[in-house]
Amino acid sequence: MADQDIQEADQPLLIANSLSKSYGRIAACRDVSFALYPGEVLAIVGESGSGKSTLLQMLSGQLAASDGQVSYRMRDGVTRDLASLGEAERRLLFRTDWGFVHQDPAQGLRMAVSAGANVGERLMAVGWNHYSRIRESASDWLTRVEIDVARIDDAPRTYSGGMRQRLQIARNLVTGPRLVFMDEPTGGLDVSVQARLLDLLRNLVAELHLAVVIVTHDLAVARLLSHRVMVMKGGRVVETGLTDQVLDDPREPYTQLLVSSILPP
Amino acid sequence: MTAMIDIADAGKTFTMHLQGGIELPVVRGVTFQVQPGECVVLSGPSGAGKSSILKMIFGNYRCDSGRIGIRHRGEVIDLATAEPRQVLNVRRATIGYVSQFLRAVPRVATIDVVAEPLIAGGVTRADAQARAGELLHRLNIPERLWRLPPATFSGGEQQRVNIARGFISDLPILLLDEPTASLDAANRAVVVALVAEKKRQGVAMVAIVHDDEVRHLIADRIVDVTSFAAAA
Repeated sequence: MADQDIQEADQPLLIANSLSKSYGRIAACRDVSFALYPGEVLAIVGESGSGKSTLLQMLSGQLAASDGQVSYRMRDGVTRDLASLGEAERRLLFRTDWGFVHQDPAQGLRMAVSAGANVGERLMAVGWNHYSRIRESASDWLTRVEIDVARIDDAPRTYSGGMRQRLQIARNLVTGPRLVFMDEPTGGLDVSVQARLLDLLRNLVAELHLAVVIVTHDLAVARLLSHRVMVMKGGRVVETGLTDQVLDDPREPYTQLLVSSILPP
Repeated sequence: MTAMIDIADAGKTFTMHLQGGIELPVVRGVTFQVQPGECVVLSGPSGAGKSSILKMIFGNYRCDSGRIGIRHRGEVIDLATAEPRQVLNVRRATIGYVSQFLRAVPRVATIDVVAEPLIAGGVTRADAQARAGELLHRLNIPERLWRLPPATFSGGEQQRVNIARGFISDLPILLLDEPTASLDAANRAVVVALVAEKKRQGVAMVAIVHDDEVRHLIADRIVDVTSFAAAA
């Protein structure tokens, strides 16, 4: 069993192979390759326009690559090219084994239906039909993301920004995904709210052994959450490595500029 | 006997691209070994590269040349060329680092800051907290502070929390960067005792210590870093 776990952990979950995307003559993303392992958190950092969001969309199958491919090791252990999946398979993957946390919670939530329904909906999509069990699981997840269960029947439009973001996380994690994509998850929040969310994310990621690809322009977020970091500029990966190595001993001119541009607290 | 740490001809230069590409040589030809149960203290004036060497052994700074051999689960891994995943595995199972300052996550209670490395290593939360409590007791952190995050503690208290966190695991290699810098005599003595216990357990240690008395008490051997000074 333990040996099997080790073997499992030794196989990549997500593989990007020479991914490129161009819009006419503009190359938004050029020749990006990496392998992500179970439980590993990879931060993609860079300024706006560096191609990090384009890359995230390609990795999560929302944007077709101009060149290269993305493969994913499915729950049955078979690694498949995402482009070869049928629409139904891809949707199932998105609803079960993957999560996607948007910067703006309104993009990841249904703002007019209750918090409980927002969480329960993902369970119903994978075949849960027992109302009280769905509600139980939804309350459990609200508690785990530190939302008062008394607010379960309220719609997220009555929630604060921080609560909405935590609800979006609960909605994503309820189906027990192995891989979660995050696009600037702390982007629109106040600093104090950010700290709480980061702490929560850090614990959940470790506890659930999640693999995460997180796009952020905030190096402090990358340092706190990620094991590895990829620095992007002009659509290319300019530097990659262990997060503390890249941030404490940056080699490339652009990374040195990024690191030295942080204001001391 | 097989060395736990075997550094051969390691070198490090910073290239400052924002300052017109100035090359800042830090160390070169770093060569020494550390055996199990041995504490090697790095000596040399400030700026000689002691902390840089410690960071190279932890894989925090990259080496430009040479090799950092680490005995990890019965095999030797060269951290100078290891993949990030291997470096993380080595840190999880083999090398601990007690930095000078605590880099605490907001909101996390002191007892959990200290217990975290054990929990990450698979110990149950209750057992990990019990051991964290013992260490905090020994380091004279009053129990009423354990539930608070250490961010508001004094410098000396934070350092003791950091030491507790560094000493709690049973890792076979420990790197200590001025572990007694802001401690009073009583707490310095506790750290000296903790180091002695680690030696008896066969832990290999590399330390930077400015306090002569503490250095004298914990060092089995002193490696003079000035001999690795990179010619400017």
